Amino acid sequence: MADISDNKFTLNFGPQHPAAHGVLRLVLHLDGEVVERIDPHIGLLHRGTEKLMEARTYLQIIPYFDRLDYVSPMSQEHVLCLALERMIGLDVPLRGSLIRVLFLEMTRILNHLLNVGSVILDVGALSPPLWGYEEREKLMQFYEAASGARLHANYFRPGGVRQDLPEGLVEEIYAWTDHFPGVLDDIEGMVTHNRIFMQRNVDIGVVTKEQALDWGFTGVMLRGSGVPWDLRKSQPYECYPDLEFDIVVGKNGDCWDRYLCRMEEMRQSVRIMRQCCERLGTVKGPTLNENNKVTPPRRGDMKRSMESLIHHFKLFSEGFHVPAGEVYAAAEAPKGEFGVYLVSDGSSRPYRVKIAAPGFKHLQGMDVMTRGHMVADVSAILGTLDIVFGEIDR
Amino acid sequence: MIWTSDPAAMQALGEEARAAHPQAVTGFSIAFGDLALDVLAKEVRGVLLWLRDHGRFQQLVDIAGADYPQRPLRFDVVYHLLSLTRNLRVRIKVQTDEDTPVPSVISVYSNAEWFEREAFDLYGVVFGDHPDLRRILTDYGFQGHPLRKDFPLTGYTQVRWNDELKRVVYEPVALEQEWRTWDFESPWEGADYLLPGDEKGKDVPGWG
Repeated sequence: MADISDNKFTLNFGPQHPAAHGVLRLVLHLDGEVVERIDPHIGLLHRGTEKLMEARTYLQIIPYFDRLDYVSPMSQEHVLCLALERMIGLDVPLRGSLIRVLFLEMTRILNHLLNVGSVILDVGALSPPLWGYEEREKLMQFYEAASGARLHANYFRPGGVRQDLPEGLVEEIYAWTDHFPGVLDDIEGMVTHNRIFMQRNVDIGVVTKEQALDWGFTGVMLRGSGVPWDLRKSQPYECYPDLEFDIVVGKNGDCWDRYLCRMEEMRQSVRIMRQCCERLGTVKGPTLNENNKVTPPRRGDMKRSMESLIHHFKLFSEGFHVPAGEVYAAAEAPKGEFGVYLVSDGSSRPYRVKIAAPGFKHLQGMDVMTRGHMVADVSAILGTLDIVFGEIDR
Repeated sequence: MIWTSDPAAMQALGEEARAAHPQAVTGFSIAFGDLALDVLAKEVRGVLLWLRDHGRFQQLVDIAGADYPQRPLRFDVVYHLLSLTRNLRVRIKVQTDEDTPVPSVISVYSNAEWFEREAFDLYGVVFGDHPDLRRILTDYGFQGHPLRKDFPLTGYTQVRWNDELKRVVYEPVALEQEWRTWDFESPWEGADYLLPGDEKGKDVPGWG
């Protein structure tokens, strides 16, 4: 009979477990109830996205980006568009840029609502996540009004966005921004200083500044540890320099700080959305660059102009060519720095696309974050990492 | 607007890296707003250590593999670093083949571990003294390296649940329809080859 006096054993967590946030298999090495080491087994959702992209034209690979981090689809499309715009040298018209920022911040709220909701759910409360889902539903209706799809929008294009917003949508979104902070107040009133919630989150999964840098943490995982680093401010893109917002920074680097950061970031996102809505009322004009070698011509032009018809045909069969070279573009996605390393050989298909997903690095750091904690803390830490397997497994 | 690193700072860093490591850094280039250093594979750990401690590049953002089968050293291993204090990015590129190991940089940046496992899994790049070089993204027991250019897009095997055996079985891939790919590549600017008869045009006044 094996010697069981030392109390050490191995526990398999997942791959099908509600608190695993997808298909994650964790092999926990325990000493009694204390975690000694965690070995995450990932790749259960590996679809070979990067391989598939190499066989498709640039316009055809945009939808793949929606399916990476399926909780914040537009932020991923955006990074690909940034990479292509840098390689081709394409400008985005101001109205297109404002619509992009409006929807990027909407995406941030979509993502944080789900994450904050599931953190709360993981430690035992049920109502606040449902309030979050109600608001997510409204946001997804805005998605649908703009792009025709609730989730996998495929709305951003190199050079702008696919089409202008339908009439009245900006006013609807503006009205929503009036109402939404009240919902945040409700969630915060119920949860933030709740005794059980604090016991499960305060001083759990503490990440020091040095650890956060060494393990490549980004986004809230880095800011929660007190590093004021946000690509929207430090390496700005789109029209963020013209908009007023604050970077939210934590103090202690524990799960509770990161929850507070996400709550406050949503309020900042609302602030940005309101500024965008106000400016969209006066800024008119095109939403997509009018260089028809890259962006499709308008439907009306195609009926009358032979050249537009040829452009349309060539764009949707051959696709546009991208100058040979390499580029690394990154943006502040809701989960952190989402990057795309794009290698082009000058043809209309990418030679190599590498997706640098924030969740991959965060999950990797989970081992050091969890050592010495109890088994029950594993699900709280998993929740605060804000992982989605679409982007980790690719 | 699109932000890119300060060109003067990138130029200075490139020259500084060449001067500090004349043997290791074989060249640098700035294109599309990115600085890229070409480094010899066996020296990469030293260069990254210098960049971290002397160049203040606190974070390793990403390690990517890439396959160029026509080259004798067919693989690129591409490191992306970020300096938060200098607000600067740098790309380090090394070349290797199937057999030559690249030194692992886990001792410099802890998060290199999974990135190196990923490059090993998808490309078969070997990293010397990596403590745990297992596959990471592909299935348990997977054969081959799927992101190599000579690996077919459709793969070799497919899986299904076999209800009689009560387990998942692996079978050779059988496509309902062949994978179809069309070559639409043609230059926008028109063909640069001669059609039969075109060469006569040179003699006609006003042609060619």
